[in-house]
Formats: sequence, C-alpha cells, structure tokens
Amino acid sequence: MSSPNAAYPDIPEADPVKPRRHEWPLWEIFIRGQHGMSHRHVGSLHAPDAAMAIKNARDVYTRRNEGVSIWAVEARHIAASSPDEKGPFYEPSESKVYRHPTFYDIPDDVGAM
Amino acid sequence: MAEGALFEFLCRMGDNTLVLGHRVSEWCGHAPVLEEDIALANTALDLIGQTQMWLGLAGEVEGKGRSADDLAMLRDAWDFRNVLLAEQPNGDFGQTMMRQFLFDAWHVEMLAALTRSSDARIAAIAAKAVKEAAYHVERSGDTVIGLGDGTTESHRRMQAALDLLWPYVGEMFLPDAVDAAMAEAGVAPDPASLRPAFDARIGAVMAAATLTIPEDDFAHKGGKSGFRHSEHLGHMLTEMQWLQRAYPGASW
Repeated sequence: MSSPNAAYPDIPEADPVKPRRHEWPLWEIFIRGQHGMSHRHVGSLHAPDAAMAIKNARDVYTRRNEGVSIWAVEARHIAASSPDEKGPFYEPSESKVYRHPTFYDIPDDVGAM
Repeated sequence: MAEGALFEFLCRMGDNTLVLGHRVSEWCGHAPVLEEDIALANTALDLIGQTQMWLGLAGEVEGKGRSADDLAMLRDAWDFRNVLLAEQPNGDFGQTMMRQFLFDAWHVEMLAALTRSSDARIAAIAAKAVKEAAYHVERSGDTVIGLGDGTTESHRRMQAALDLLWPYVGEMFLPDAVDAAMAEAGVAPDPASLRPAFDARIGAVMAAATLTIPEDDFAHKGGKSGFRHSEHLGHMLTEMQWLQRAYPGASW
C-alpha cells in the first residue's frame, strides 16, 4: 500500500491539535453540448482526483444527454479577478462604444461571427 | 432448443439486473457523498432499464401474457433466477462497490458475448446494455482501487468485502443444463468461457488496489437455478414487491 493519505497529498495526514475532516478537492466542470461550439461552465463537484472528477461530472451533469465532452479543472487552479477591482477593471470600457463592431457592414457571405 | 430453457436464461439475465438494481437503489439518499449518491442512482436506473428489456422478452417468449412488471413484482423468491452475489446486502459503501465490481466484471464480458447471439432480440438488448456495463465496471473498478489503495481503514474494509464476497463469484461461471442449451443454440456463451477475461480484469484491479484475492475457490450456488437463494432475497422482495402485493395493479 502506498502512503495512507495518497488520495489527499496536499492535506497533512495528522494534526494532533485539531483533527480535520479530509475533504475531496473542488472541481469546476465545463461541458460542451451536442451542438455547442465551446465548453460552458455547468457547476462544480468534489472528487479525489481528475479521473474521478470526469466520472462524477458524467454522472452529475450529463444524465439527460447534455454533453459530448467534459473538462474538469480543480478550482484552486482558476485565477479570478477580484470584486474589489471592479471599477478600474470594467468601467473604463463602458464609454468606448467604438469598440463594438456595429459601425461596419458585414457581408452575408461571412456568416456567423 | 426448448422455449423453457430460453425463458430460464432470460429470467437469469433480468433477475440479476433487477435484484442488483434494487439493492443499489437502496443507497439513494444515503451514499457517503452527493456525487456517489447520484452515480449509484444512475447505475441502479441502468440496471432496472435492462431488467425491463430482459423480463419483457422473457414474458414474450413464455407466451402466457406476463409482462416484465408481472415477472418482477408477482413472483416469489423461489422463482427468481439471479446469482447469489446480486442479492447480498449492501453492507458498507466499500462492500457495495466490491459487489458491484465483481458483478460488473462478469456482466460486461457476458453482454459483450451476447451481442453476437444467434437470437437477434438478445443481441439488440446486449448491444444497448454493454455500453452501460462498460461504464459501470470502469467506475466500480476505479473505486475499488481508490479504496483498496487508500487509507488503512478503507484498505481493511475492502479486503474484508473481497473475502466476504469471493465465495459468490464462482456461481457466475458454473454452467448447467440451461447454459448448455443456450451455448449449443448459439444464443449465449458457455459461462465458463468468460472466466479468463474476468480473472485478468480482477487480477489487475486487485493488484492496483493492493488487495489479495482469496485462494479458496469454494462457490456458493443455488441462485441462478433457483434451488436455494440466501435468506436476504426474501427480505428484499418483501420491500420491493410490497406495493403490488398490497394494492394489486396499482399504477401511476
């Protein structure tokens, strides 16, 4: 047998002061639908490793034939913008309508953009 | 080939999935984590879905007007033809997953062989079911490895589960007169012919799970022949069949 805590390498095995409950890591799940062009975030779940995260996602999020491809990303690996930076991050783009491609005539042959 | 033997064979396939499906459904709302709860419910539903196909065909072959529901809900324990492994109690989560893996590892080989059945109806059911079973065995195998090669506690429980359930493995591969009739007609494989593939899969998974397969090959039997089920089946049927027994013909 490998080390007794192999499934949770990032969690210390023993804390003599306050025993903590081992939790599986949180995974964010992305699924591409039958006709979808890209993977979309559908929710999150817990799983001990990547392979089980995919299986759990299959069982939790594709029961009704929702998808043909699954991505699982451990939540701690996702870098997210901070709500505190909302002002400087997003407000400057509010006044720049010329960045929207609404001032061009797009030929029909181009198709969906 | 006698129609009686075909009916027996179809009841064996359908009763295996019915009894195990009901057992697995007993976890609904009780599994240790939400994800496993949903996964077990999915497995149970797959098995019950397969039951409808097997017992539906059994009723058709029998020709006495019995539906899949009639066969499932109105037969008593001695008329059931599932292997003893399927009716064993859930125990703890590890024991349930061990039972599932041992069954799945047989089931997937059996269904793969049945896709080549000389009976087109059976081949069609098997073609649908084998995809579900292929997922079941992958999931249950991974869980056996995860728990076997897990903590000291989970390893101990998984070894205990394997020791407890191993004597129920042999019955799945022991041929009898029904199996011989099926094999001769090209309807189903000789169950003994499935053993090498089963052993190879079990051996690899148990090695990865750091679990030791018991050396004793003693096999309990009497389930698939209906000669002697374990005491657990009757208790399970009491609960499963209660509604139809108390309110005959009730539906919604």
